[in-house]
Amino acid sequence: MMSSLVANPVASSDRSRDSRRKKKKKAQVQSRAQESTQPSYAKWKSESQQQIYSSKLVQALSQVRLGDMAAPPRGRAVREAADRALAYAAKGRTRWSRAILTNRIKLSRFRKQRRQRSASAMAALTGSSRSKKPRVSVHRLKGKSLPAVQKKVKVLGRLVPGCRKEPLPVILDEATDYIAALEMQVRAMSALARLLSGDGSSSSSVSELPPSG
Amino acid sequence: MSSRRSRQSSSSGSSRISDDQIIELISKLRQFLPEIRDNRRSNKVSASKVLQETCSYIRNLHREVDDLSERLSQLLSTIDADSPEAAIIRSLIQQ
Repeated sequence: MMSSLVANPVASSDRSRDSRRKKKKKAQVQSRAQESTQPSYAKWKSESQQQIYSSKLVQALSQVRLGDMAAPPRGRAVREAADRALAYAAKGRTRWSRAILTNRIKLSRFRKQRRQRSASAMAALTGSSRSKKPRVSVHRLKGKSLPAVQKKVKVLGRLVPGCRKEPLPVILDEATDYIAALEMQVRAMSALARLLSGDGSSSSSVSELPPSG
Repeated sequence: MSSRRSRQSSSSGSSRISDDQIIELISKLRQFLPEIRDNRRSNKVSASKVLQETCSYIRNLHREVDDLSERLSQLLSTIDADSPEAAIIRSLIQQ
């Protein structure tokens, strides 16, 4: 409707916007290419990346505290905040980080009604799939090796966020990056725990906690 | 939903992945697995073994993050706003 009135300006602005978008795409592709020469998982090992994550984590944690001042933050809330911060640190470049962010949006929308269900979903993500696996692989290992491998690929796909239905190369690629990110998350979180529990505090509940492994 | 623009389609252009690429991905993954990485003697580890170790390693890391989350939540609940720890957190946020 608008374009019929002022056809030219709209069209030209559309075109310029389009080319800008193309440039942006090109830049993205280029940065991808650079990443592939210098692998994406390498950056998770860097000190600066851990610094970035730590500050994001602390920010997220402070929001957890602000959220429910009355009740102390539960471990799950901290876990969700930590994962969200990790996904932000990944800048949505990987499938797993995008999956974490979209899951959180879905979860927060239904959190009140479905707290129980999301908890069980979390349990499925973290551990309960373990109980199912051996039963299956015992049967399959006796047969051909291919089905056993496929089962393992499936299990792995369920462990890496957003990779449940992805083909093998994607799962492998994402898993490599995800593991590196998780390692960094563990380093950053234990550093923060040390920082908070460490020097100067005389609180008894703090000293009762076991040292971080 | 998140598969709109996959890395794979932008870099390789086709969904066909050769065995070599899989092997390369597997060996990349291997470097992260403590169980296998340090085992230099047996250089030949099956893909199945790598996958298995990857799964258990991710589970271990998840468990560690869970434990740390629990620990941090306890730590955070014991902090009061005027303590030096709270000052640490504030200074970190402002970074």
